[in-house]
Amino acid sequence: MKATSSTFRQNSREALLDDDLQQALSKMGFLGARKRVVDALPEWEELRTTAREIKEHTLAHLDFYLEEFEKNVRANGGHVHWCSTPEDASATVLSILKEAGARKVIKGKSMAGEEVGINEALEAAAIDRLETDLGEYIIQLADEPPSHIIAPAIHKTKAQITELFHDHHQVHGKTERVTEVASIVNEAREVLRDGFLAADAGITGGNFLVAETGSVALVTNEGNGDLTSTLPRVHIVTAGIEKVVPTLDDLSVYLRLLARSATGQEMSVYTTLTTGPRRAVDLDGAAEFHVVLIDNGRSQWLGNEFHEMLRCIRCGACLNHCPVWNSVGGHAYGWVYSGPMGSVLTPLMIGLEEAGQLPNACTMNGRCQSVCPMSIPLPSLMRRLRFRQHDQGLSGLGTRIALAVWGFMATQPRCYRLVTRVGIGLLGLLSGTRGRFRRLLFAEAWTEERDFPAPAGETFMGAWKKAARGRK
Amino acid sequence: MSDPHSESMSPPKAPRVGLFVTCLVDLFRPNVGFSAVELLERAGCVVEVPELQTCCGQPAYNSGDFATTQRIAKQVIDAFEGYDYVVGPSGSCLGTLREHYPNLFPIDARMENRARALAQRSYELVSFLTDVMGVTEVETQYSGRVTYHDACAGLRELGVKGQPRQLLASVAGLELQEMDDVEVCCGFGGTFCVKFPEISSRMASDKVANAQATGADTLLAGDMGCLMNMAGRLSRLGSDIKVYHVAEVLAGRTDEAPPIADGEIR
Repeated sequence: MKATSSTFRQNSREALLDDDLQQALSKMGFLGARKRVVDALPEWEELRTTAREIKEHTLAHLDFYLEEFEKNVRANGGHVHWCSTPEDASATVLSILKEAGARKVIKGKSMAGEEVGINEALEAAAIDRLETDLGEYIIQLADEPPSHIIAPAIHKTKAQITELFHDHHQVHGKTERVTEVASIVNEAREVLRDGFLAADAGITGGNFLVAETGSVALVTNEGNGDLTSTLPRVHIVTAGIEKVVPTLDDLSVYLRLLARSATGQEMSVYTTLTTGPRRAVDLDGAAEFHVVLIDNGRSQWLGNEFHEMLRCIRCGACLNHCPVWNSVGGHAYGWVYSGPMGSVLTPLMIGLEEAGQLPNACTMNGRCQSVCPMSIPLPSLMRRLRFRQHDQGLSGLGTRIALAVWGFMATQPRCYRLVTRVGIGLLGLLSGTRGRFRRLLFAEAWTEERDFPAPAGETFMGAWKKAARGRK
Repeated sequence: MSDPHSESMSPPKAPRVGLFVTCLVDLFRPNVGFSAVELLERAGCVVEVPELQTCCGQPAYNSGDFATTQRIAKQVIDAFEGYDYVVGPSGSCLGTLREHYPNLFPIDARMENRARALAQRSYELVSFLTDVMGVTEVETQYSGRVTYHDACAGLRELGVKGQPRQLLASVAGLELQEMDDVEVCCGFGGTFCVKFPEISSRMASDKVANAQATGADTLLAGDMGCLMNMAGRLSRLGSDIKVYHVAEVLAGRTDEAPPIADGEIR
């Protein structure tokens, strides 16, 4: 996916003025739903602690668990492909499809797949692609990237979806506009049903990879994951290497956290475990089962200052609770992953030069960290990216100079006292009795939509010293 | 987060408190500093103001300049050595001292120990009064309908939530009204407010709209950054809501200075 992260600020300006987007964002109900189910679960904090411990143990032995996973997938008759780079992953998927003679592909939602550009690769190879996740289907019709890792079309209003369906479904014989949610979903099901049956291959993501059994766990609300993985003769899973968990018991901890954190459901409607291709005794299932493991830099974070990011289970709670994300939506971030987790992952995966604005577009308010089921210290990770930016000289020259001057002054208290006494005195004079500035030199960014409160005219340290002299 | 049980040794009879003024209070609103001194003295503390302080270092820290942050932190650690407590009217500054200073010296064990020792003695003002000094009420009065904003660092790093409300409830004539989304960030975020001013203004607008919806005539918080941001937006909107630092109301010093971004004492 072509990134537009380098124009985040401009993207966000447009997003703030996009009435349809703002209307769609105002309708998101994930926060209230999550709070209800979390408050209703007395062992929530214990689950979080356990989940973190299991994941840290797994990461400490990631090679072992990935090899266990591979061993068990292969024992069941499946294949595992190890892909270091996005190019490897795309090429691998294409070669699996080519070997199988697959020309029509149906897809479940896979953020890892987006990350490595599967859709672009399929298009380049002239392979037919049909998205089966309702949100992904909607954005496929709109030719847009996903704007949320759980709800890809969350940026669309119901009216926009009605129009999209009306425009694109005429060819399927649908002439009436559908305006109610239930009818929209129903029409999508009808249209997609033929696609399901005609596909040669199904590509899904994997929410978790279970090492003990060689299983892939998939959660969906529509059941499209099941249909995508069992109907076609080839099933391909694209997943990041950090998705592996040791056992089925461990999986249950994550399943209890995931849906609650993502959408405020106790469980998603469908939870499917796929363990290899169909066996002779099975009534259905794909004939071929492939897991494409994606590294794309993840192994480099093991044990470094971004290690905690590997705990992410892609629930989207941080996006939902981020006031910045809620103001501008996901597209402003310019790539696959948005919000707090996206502000860490995007620079790590596509570089700080391209995505450097993202970790800076954060107020460090900490709400993301407080709702993260995996206790990831997201603000600290963003700050560590800022340390890297500073060390690499990537912050603007003006910023570096201002920071250097201020930094010098702040460590010279006597000089600081003098300069601030003069400066504050001057500002106080300039503001007269108004108490505020409508405009202030060098403060245009502030004063565009806010007045700047004027200082009292005397510093505390100055007044304190005077008062102390008075007391003597 | 300050743990009352860790203060099982009750504080010394008249604890020596080093006031951490904070740069924004020092430069923009000394009345908050004097309010802090008054509250601490009334609670039985001996207050001193170390001269060699300027800032906690957050601007450098959050801008990615680790080296400058270390230099400023060292200055703070030196200046506040020897006090029983380090207390200041800001959740974000004292949160920096308490939660972040211990992480600033990864290869200097001696400095790390000193940073940890400072961190353990550092408190945000209002929570210090209630959690350490055992203050349960203040004897001041303020006529007005007040709404209180939970500044993020104070709330999430230091657990400041009930304490300001507890003390405000004891102010005669004061009616406290909670706003919707009270724990949502106001959009200040340090340099964020000037790096991403459009998003910041949107967040400020949402926050002040929630404040106005309570019918309050007064908006309070425990952090100058938030207060200047919210007051600036309210002023631009022509609102006559009065904005003060919570310490000013608790100390009964709202007649000493005009509300923030206002020209006249009200």
